[in-house]
Amino acid sequence: MENAFGQPQNVVVLGGSSDIARALVKKLCAARTHTVVLAGRNQDLLDQAAAEARDYGATTTHTVLFEATEPLDAARAVAVCFEVMGEPVDLVIEAVGLLGKQLEYEDDPTMAATMAVVNYAWPVAALAEVRRRLVAQGHGRILVLSSVAAIRVRRISYLYSGAKAGLDRLCDGLADSLEGTGVTLQIVRPGFVRSKMTTGEPEIPFTTGVNEVAENILRGLASGQRVIWSPPILRYVFFALRHLPAPLWRKVANR
Amino acid sequence: MRTRLTGWGRTAGSLAELTTPTSEDEVANALGAPAVIARGLGRSYGDAAQVSGGLVLDNRGLDAIAPIGPDGLVTLGAGVSIDDLLAVAIPQGWFVPVTPGTRRVSIGGAVAADVHGKNHHVDGSFAHHVRAMRLVTPSGVHELSPEREPALFWATFGAMGLTGVVSEVTLQLLAIESDQVLVDTDRYDDLDAVMAAMVEGDARYRYSVAWVDCMARGRRMGRSILTRGDHAGSSDLTEATRVAPRGARLAVPFSAPPGLLNPVTITAFNELWFRAAPRHRVGEAHSISSFFHPLDGLRDWNRLYGPRGFVQYQFAVPDDGAEAVVTAISRLSASRVPSFLAVLKRFGDADPAPLSFPQPGWTLALDLPVGPAALAPLLDELDELVVAARGRVYLAKDARLAPSTVRAMYPRLAEFAALADTIDPEHHLTSDLARRLRLREG
Ligand SMILES: Cc1cc2nc3c(=O)[nH]c(=O)nc-3n(C[C@H](O)[C@H](O)[C@H](O)COP(=O)(O)OP(=O)(O)OC[C@H]3O[C@@H](n4cnc5c(N)ncnc54)[C@H](O)[C@@H]3O)c2cc1C
Repeated sequence: MENAFGQPQNVVVLGGSSDIARALVKKLCAARTHTVVLAGRNQDLLDQAAAEARDYGATTTHTVLFEATEPLDAARAVAVCFEVMGEPVDLVIEAVGLLGKQLEYEDDPTMAATMAVVNYAWPVAALAEVRRRLVAQGHGRILVLSSVAAIRVRRISYLYSGAKAGLDRLCDGLADSLEGTGVTLQIVRPGFVRSKMTTGEPEIPFTTGVNEVAENILRGLASGQRVIWSPPILRYVFFALRHLPAPLWRKVANR
Repeated sequence: MRTRLTGWGRTAGSLAELTTPTSEDEVANALGAPAVIARGLGRSYGDAAQVSGGLVLDNRGLDAIAPIGPDGLVTLGAGVSIDDLLAVAIPQGWFVPVTPGTRRVSIGGAVAADVHGKNHHVDGSFAHHVRAMRLVTPSGVHELSPEREPALFWATFGAMGLTGVVSEVTLQLLAIESDQVLVDTDRYDDLDAVMAAMVEGDARYRYSVAWVDCMARGRRMGRSILTRGDHAGSSDLTEATRVAPRGARLAVPFSAPPGLLNPVTITAFNELWFRAAPRHRVGEAHSISSFFHPLDGLRDWNRLYGPRGFVQYQFAVPDDGAEAVVTAISRLSASRVPSFLAVLKRFGDADPAPLSFPQPGWTLALDLPVGPAALAPLLDELDELVVAARGRVYLAKDARLAPSTVRAMYPRLAEFAALADTIDPEHHLTSDLARRLRLREG
């Protein structure tokens, strides 16, 4: 069960080897989390993440394999996660994502579709199953890793950012739909984060490390705010950027 | 229909089916549900009286009160509140032997938490005054007393509903001659002084409690107001009346904005409170409400803490661990985590109940708004301090302990869990508290 400070005990991570998710799970385990189910595509990486969770205080970990290119498999993956947990799930972290090499993909319809499936269709399908299960349970939290890129889509990453934009907007409605169910959904919008997903990408202002993102998420879990920005200042930065005229935006975004 | 339930602290809510059984048969039927727990008036602070996705039995349907016997014995339903009982008892010259700081608790809740009052150092906890009770469990109805099934009788005090649903209690009341309490008040400028005064003088009073200002720092750290007294006899007063307290006249209509209670407003409140108390006054007559239940005058005052709610941290330590009280208050005052006046009390002998909270020594209770990031780790540190002093935290107030710490604080938990298994092998009885702390796993 979750305690008065929003610290969960039983956590499921979809996209369990994501760097942000790993940094967050470490911190959760150092507080109250004792059982972690890590789901993802690469068994070795999941095993590493699981060992790390145990190092930081988890008593039980499980791993579950799935392919995010197959949205029709999402419900099964989620069901397996809940079943291996065997107890009420307090927090589901949805951290599946693929940044990819946009410039190589943008004229390739198959790869463009894959980007949309992994970053949007699979998470949406998974969230439908998560929603159903948590609502039946009577309590729980969902944390969806979105991105500031969803707020204003850049030319350089429109396949990724566009899909995240869809997910981010959908989650706003999904969160509203949970009113009165005992379940809540929070959206995380990190800025540019140094991680394996972004190695090689040029850094931009307000770049942070995964630990800082994890720290901001922990605060957000405690306060219950709908959108968790990381760093928090980006809330205001993106309020401004969203309304920037297109030619100016292109200049800023292409820097 | 599912209802969202929280404790008095308004944190970590969950949804469950809520029903109000009106007979033991209805309770027994309901205990077939896969996850079920009783609920009284929701005055425990955390998640004891809720079970996510399960069935919650509102005990208010069990509301009968039999006539009070000439010896002060009364048999009543577990859903009767202390408020209801006092309305009947005071005019007849009887008082509850133990009352918590609010009248708005049910008899079932008083048993389940084995509540204590300002008289614990003299009269013990609630269990000490219960002569018999009926407990509905998944394995049938048990008639319990210190002589009949004593193990299950004692295990039910402090069990937080996990041995079954208490349906009826036979309680020994206390004879009183008036509705007034004669109170001595003293102000102390620091913690050592008030603690010394309590050790020295508490035995002379039936009721004793100190309010400690946790926001004062430096030399004034731990400044306190000590109030002690006993029921006034008819010869103490020009006219002895016996009128039951009336309900709250004021209410907090909706949840306050976040941050209303912050270090500045709380420091100001504590300052006023401290200044308002006399330095030394003897034998002042107080009403039962103002002495025992000062907070009951303002209905729904928990809303003042805003949407994120608050926690109460109450621990007990033996006399040789008194240092923990001092350390807790100094850490709190150093961290500037805001806290309203804290309550300090001495406990007398413990009863034989495996999960009962009181143990001889000191108890300190602190109300803390959820919000400051420093609070969760600070309380984890205090847990370690309490465990090291061989003390414990009160489950009726808890919303944040960890399963491992509870095992260190309640060494008889395994014994308790084994007993609960004999009456409920399939673990129908559970709660969010029980799940969080793994209370049924021993
Ligand atoms: C302002 C305030 C002051 C307080 N002061 C004190 C104090 O001085 N001393 C003290 O000891 N406590 C104190 N308390 C705590 C309170 O006395 C306990 O939490 C008490 O259990 C609340 O009773 P309730 O009827 O509200 O029960 P709830 O909070 O609804 O339930 C508490 C527990 O009782 C169980 N329960 C309820 N009915 C039954 C039943 N029929 N059979 C079996 N189990 C049942 C529930 O399952 C739950 O575990 C205070 C609380 C407040 C809000």
